[in-house]
Amino acid sequence: MTKTTLTRFCLLASACALLSAAPVAGWSQDRAPAAPEPSQPVVQKKAETVQLRPVSDFDAIEDETERSIAIFEETGKVLLHPRCVNCHPAGNVPLQTMAMTPHQPPVVRGDANFGVPGLMCNTCHGPENVKVVGQTEDILSIPGNPNWHLAPIEMAWQGRSLGEICEQIKDTDRNGGKTLAELIEHMAEDDLVGWGWNPGEGREPVPGTQEAFGDLYKAWAATGAHCPAP
Amino acid sequence: MVSFTLNGEERRFDGDPETPLLWVIRDAERLTGTKYGCGIAQCGACTVHVDGMTRRSCITPIADLEGSSVTTIEAVSGREAEAVQTAWTAIDVPQCGYCQSGQIMSAVSLLQMNPAPSDADIDAAMAGNICRCATYQRIRQAIHDAASSLEG
Repeated sequence: MTKTTLTRFCLLASACALLSAAPVAGWSQDRAPAAPEPSQPVVQKKAETVQLRPVSDFDAIEDETERSIAIFEETGKVLLHPRCVNCHPAGNVPLQTMAMTPHQPPVVRGDANFGVPGLMCNTCHGPENVKVVGQTEDILSIPGNPNWHLAPIEMAWQGRSLGEICEQIKDTDRNGGKTLAELIEHMAEDDLVGWGWNPGEGREPVPGTQEAFGDLYKAWAATGAHCPAP
Repeated sequence: MVSFTLNGEERRFDGDPETPLLWVIRDAERLTGTKYGCGIAQCGACTVHVDGMTRRSCITPIADLEGSSVTTIEAVSGREAEAVQTAWTAIDVPQCGYCQSGQIMSAVSLLQMNPAPSDADIDAAMAGNICRCATYQRIRQAIHDAASSLEG
């Protein structure tokens, strides 16, 4: 250290000592404000578990057509749930969340209901739900299933009434050519349909169980598969 | 123990099967070209190819990769990759560059499946790759340039 530098250092040091010793009121205002309370992760409100009524609940309805319609309306708790409708959108963009907002990132349907070259659904959606490593308040897992894809446009449910959806799922031109028996099996057994009851952390499942849902469909078919008014 | 192929070489990983592929690539294999961006599959910085398809490595458990072939930015090759590399450097696409390995992996995948993409095709394919420097115009231009160079 040269003499000049040493002198400068001493001058600075004494100036600082003076300043820190002096009770200068203005200085306290220049300091950073007190740290805010540490943020807390938002604890997601657990949705109330909604159950499906068992088939026996409808035995009291004597008229078979009315009983069939009532049973189908019960399955509407599942069909009209965002977890189902989000993948049956009326447009070319999947929906997500209980608010049914457009999918982020902004992916599109593509020719095979599986995204487009460069951004297919399996870019993110694997064979099972995956908990994320990133810290977020709302995206706690990425949903997945071996058969993950969007319902074809002719199977769009978004914006339709339960009666309209009922006619639609019976129409072989709009249900993938399924007979009523195949439709019932699809509802009761299909693994991707079943994802709705196992949607991964941070997502509200559809009501009831797939078994109860399947039982309602079997009872609906057995009572003539009648539909509510559109 | 998970056995998979990484950039053409047999690899094994005997850690936690839930370890994200990105951690295996960067920490175990020391290939740091693939980046961590968001950790929630929203930004695309961690994009690699798994069996020839784009895949977000930050949300892919290593256990899912048994028997799979993984390609990272360090080894992506072929006509489309070369065309993309040439086009990228020709107009200096990157600014800070952090997102670019992910951008390039998506662009190569797009051109492998669609050799002559329109603006709309490019926008749709690249929609999951975010660039904070907003180099989107140059990315789109470079993909068009790469596609032109692949003609004939």
